[in-house]
Amino acid sequence: MTEADQQAYLSIRNLTKRFGTFTALKNVSFDIHEGEFVCFLGPSGCGKTTLLRAIAGLDIQSEGSVIQAGRDISALPPTERDFGIVFQSYALFPNLTIIKNVAYGLENQKLPADQIRARVQELLNLVGLPEQGAKYPAQLSGGQQQRVALARALATSPGLLLLDEPLSALDAKVRVHLRHEVKALQERLGVTTIMVTHDQEEALAMADRIVVMDHGIIEQIGTPQEIYRRPASLFVADFIGEINRFQGVATDVGKVRIGDLELTSPRSTLATDTPCVVAVRPEDMVLSEPGGETPVNGFNAVISELEFLGVTWKVLLDSPVFGDSGLTANVSVNRARQMNLEQGKNLSVQFVAEHLHVFSMPQAS
Amino acid sequence: MTASTDTATAAATKVRPKLGRDDWLMRMFMAVIGVYLLVTLAFPLYTMLSKSLSTFSVDLTQFAFQVDSGDGWGPELTAAELAALLPEPPYSAAEISGGSDTRLSPVDLFPDFNFRSPTRYRIRNVSEGGAFLFGSERVSDTEWHEYVSNDFRRVTMRPRATTGLDNYKGYFSTPSLFYSIYNSLTIAAISTVITVTIAFGLAYALTRSCMPFKGVVRMIAMIPILVPSLLPGIALVYLFGNQGVLKELLFGHSIYGPIGIVIGSVFFTLPHAFIIIQTALSISDARLYEASESLRASKWRTFRVVTLPAARFGLISAAFVVFNLVITDFGLPKVIGGQYNVLAVDIYKQVIGQQNFEMGAVVSVILLVPALVAFTVDRIVQRRQVSVLTARSVAYEPKPNRRFDTLCLIYCGLIAVFIVGLLGMCQYAALVKFWPYDLSLSLSNYNFDRMDGGGWDSYWNSIELGLWTAAIGTCVIFSGGYLVEKMQGFTAGRNAFHMIAMMPMAIPGMVLGLAYIFFFNDPGNPLNGIYGTMAILVICTVTHFYTVGHLTSLTALKQMDREFESVSASLKQPVWRLFARVTVPVCLPAVLDVSVYMFVNAMTTVSAVIFLYSPDTTLASVAVLNMDDAGDIAPAAAMGMMIFYTNAVARLIHLALSNGVLKRTQAWRYR
Repeated sequence: MTEADQQAYLSIRNLTKRFGTFTALKNVSFDIHEGEFVCFLGPSGCGKTTLLRAIAGLDIQSEGSVIQAGRDISALPPTERDFGIVFQSYALFPNLTIIKNVAYGLENQKLPADQIRARVQELLNLVGLPEQGAKYPAQLSGGQQQRVALARALATSPGLLLLDEPLSALDAKVRVHLRHEVKALQERLGVTTIMVTHDQEEALAMADRIVVMDHGIIEQIGTPQEIYRRPASLFVADFIGEINRFQGVATDVGKVRIGDLELTSPRSTLATDTPCVVAVRPEDMVLSEPGGETPVNGFNAVISELEFLGVTWKVLLDSPVFGDSGLTANVSVNRARQMNLEQGKNLSVQFVAEHLHVFSMPQAS
Repeated sequence: MTASTDTATAAATKVRPKLGRDDWLMRMFMAVIGVYLLVTLAFPLYTMLSKSLSTFSVDLTQFAFQVDSGDGWGPELTAAELAALLPEPPYSAAEISGGSDTRLSPVDLFPDFNFRSPTRYRIRNVSEGGAFLFGSERVSDTEWHEYVSNDFRRVTMRPRATTGLDNYKGYFSTPSLFYSIYNSLTIAAISTVITVTIAFGLAYALTRSCMPFKGVVRMIAMIPILVPSLLPGIALVYLFGNQGVLKELLFGHSIYGPIGIVIGSVFFTLPHAFIIIQTALSISDARLYEASESLRASKWRTFRVVTLPAARFGLISAAFVVFNLVITDFGLPKVIGGQYNVLAVDIYKQVIGQQNFEMGAVVSVILLVPALVAFTVDRIVQRRQVSVLTARSVAYEPKPNRRFDTLCLIYCGLIAVFIVGLLGMCQYAALVKFWPYDLSLSLSNYNFDRMDGGGWDSYWNSIELGLWTAAIGTCVIFSGGYLVEKMQGFTAGRNAFHMIAMMPMAIPGMVLGLAYIFFFNDPGNPLNGIYGTMAILVICTVTHFYTVGHLTSLTALKQMDREFESVSASLKQPVWRLFARVTVPVCLPAVLDVSVYMFVNAMTTVSAVIFLYSPDTTLASVAVLNMDDAGDIAPAAAMGMMIFYTNAVARLIHLALSNGVLKRTQAWRYR
């Protein structure tokens, strides 16, 4: 029992996909557990959609295996796999009513007609469109169409739900609203779900775990907090959220230097004299009035520019320590009022040691 | 055992996708249609090409003779040696290499031959491979065969087949034949320039002016598509022929010849050019006109700098389409060409008139060259045309301009008079009792059963051909298009299939028809049985008009969401279910377009089927030609008009279906 629980629902092993000479996926492996909501996140062309289509059997991988619920489905055509899928374009059949669209997958299962009707109504209730069944897709809004697509994909109660950028074609407001609904629906049904997206906010808001990809490899797998707080690579740090980057060098384990500034960074494991990149998020620094003794990881800076962003101020700082490249800090509106921030003001800045990220210098490619 | 385990662990295992039921189904279906296209297109063309390279000539050194005039056998002499003894050559060069049916009588080698004399003759083949006939019995061994003089006259020497370019040499050394190349190119070029100019004016008037009656003009401009290309020829005979009502307008020139062909060609190619140019003009971007206007450019400058460049590809494409149509057309020059020989008619004359199939094949290959060039250029241009359109283009809305609109209306009116006039002349002539002496009206010319050409049966045969072609053609073409567009993987097969499907557009009808004779009339061909039946006419017509239907299907299918197949597969539905429930219903307008296109063309086509009909399967369009040939011009006009009315009805039904029934099945289109 417990062993079965711990076993992965979906296992991807050494997946490689080549299109001619181009390698879209390079030896990708990971596990997804039952009931999990996983996001594939990355810039366009990173291989996330290729990975999804390999799992669906729509574009079967060149090498490697896919195991779903203990069954090796690596080479099976999509019809012999167990999944439902929703596309960015909805792909609703335009000549069929909403009811017929949702019932499409139920039709050759030898179910009695009234049972199909009941199931379709149940699904339409589930996605919040109980009254729209007689309409055609073109008569619905984009958000409604995507709900119908979701209902259709769930109709056969698949073990795995695949969402290929399902919200990208929608307006910003609808998108945020549907984000919550999809997440709530997934939690209620407990269906294992994979969503492909290039929108980091969407991934952070919805996923139990995020698979960050770039150039056909997995950069990091983790919960949204882990990905944001503990980026495993410079790419992840850069791609998700904003971050300040400086070139430096490791002076000892847990110590780095940027120019003349010596910094303590408990999480750095780089050996002495290793060139590195030091990164810090705009919200991970403490601004205070100048004067007094310089704190650990502290230095002086002057405000070069202020940008109002609504809930926060974006503060652009200049410091002799960093030469020409300035840095950015985010300060809450309250704090900014308290400190009376304005252009040209001198400040003392402190990097929070445990939030300092140190990466070895990326190889020039 | 250990070795294989080692390699398995060393390298990642290659995945060989398992083909699902749908994949097998689609591949099998594609193979079936692929084989169909190979058998109905590639194989016949190949047979024809090899025919054009095979020559038949009687090798006089292959036959040896001995004569016994009562005093024992004389010396053994070959036919060549005997011929050399004669003061004049007994056979002309044309007789010796006349074709596969050549039969030379050896009697001509013996000037003192008399079938009553007691002289005995011996003949043998000098080597294996030669043959002579005794009566109809073929003798190919190398033994002596002895005949009394009365029997000897029944011996004929047969030609041997060799492969080479002799047919082409023969063609190019016969001025009456190769002048046709010049003639064909000339009339095609002239017709192209005139048609494209007129069509451009027409399209310009309809897209850039606010003139009234645009719908009527558009409809009239489409009429020529509904009639066989030889019908304008018949009308021209009545208008400008020897007994024509407007004969004086030609100032002594004869309508029979290039003038007639060009006028008729302009008539029947106008709608083709018009459709292409109109499309090109209507995708022009209004923003460019606004920019030009705000820069205070003159109208003429705007025309040169904005209008013409935007329509450039359309004009080029239209020019090649028209050129191709004219150079491959057979019906019109047959009716009104007179002594002016063109390539398409030469094929007919060689095959039907002189039974010289090899030379017919040579002319066909020559006719293929300009057609292939025109086709290739057109395809390249069409591909570039796509990039002209951008998503942000704004449709051009013409503003009323009294003088310009009136001018446009007059121009369109003249074209409408030209089209309706020719057609009306035909209808009038068909109803007149005895042109030009008794102009009272009667229906006697519709008594087709009293004329050559197959009578009313040929009309019903044509309808049958049209319906079969529409039904079978639409199924095959649309399914084929679906496989090319929507099948997963198997890219090489799909590309090859698409290429074969594009070929028929480049193949002139005469060439296809002749190729069918060579291929299907061969007794060794297992499909020989369909020769002379309705089936071969249907197959030929479907293949002849395959490409346009294929392209129409692809255009419609490309607009379908690429993920329908994926969604359907994820819901574990077989692909044919998606095809029947979604693909076909959504593409129904295109499917109907293809079927009416097939029907109309099956009704009007002459070129391919002229070689393939049998006494049981005469066709209306062919009957028009044959009645005209036999001098029954009025009944020919009457039959031509029957084709027009039938096609007009087909078009109306198509319209009604598209607007009426479709409104119900396509309810999803309307919000």
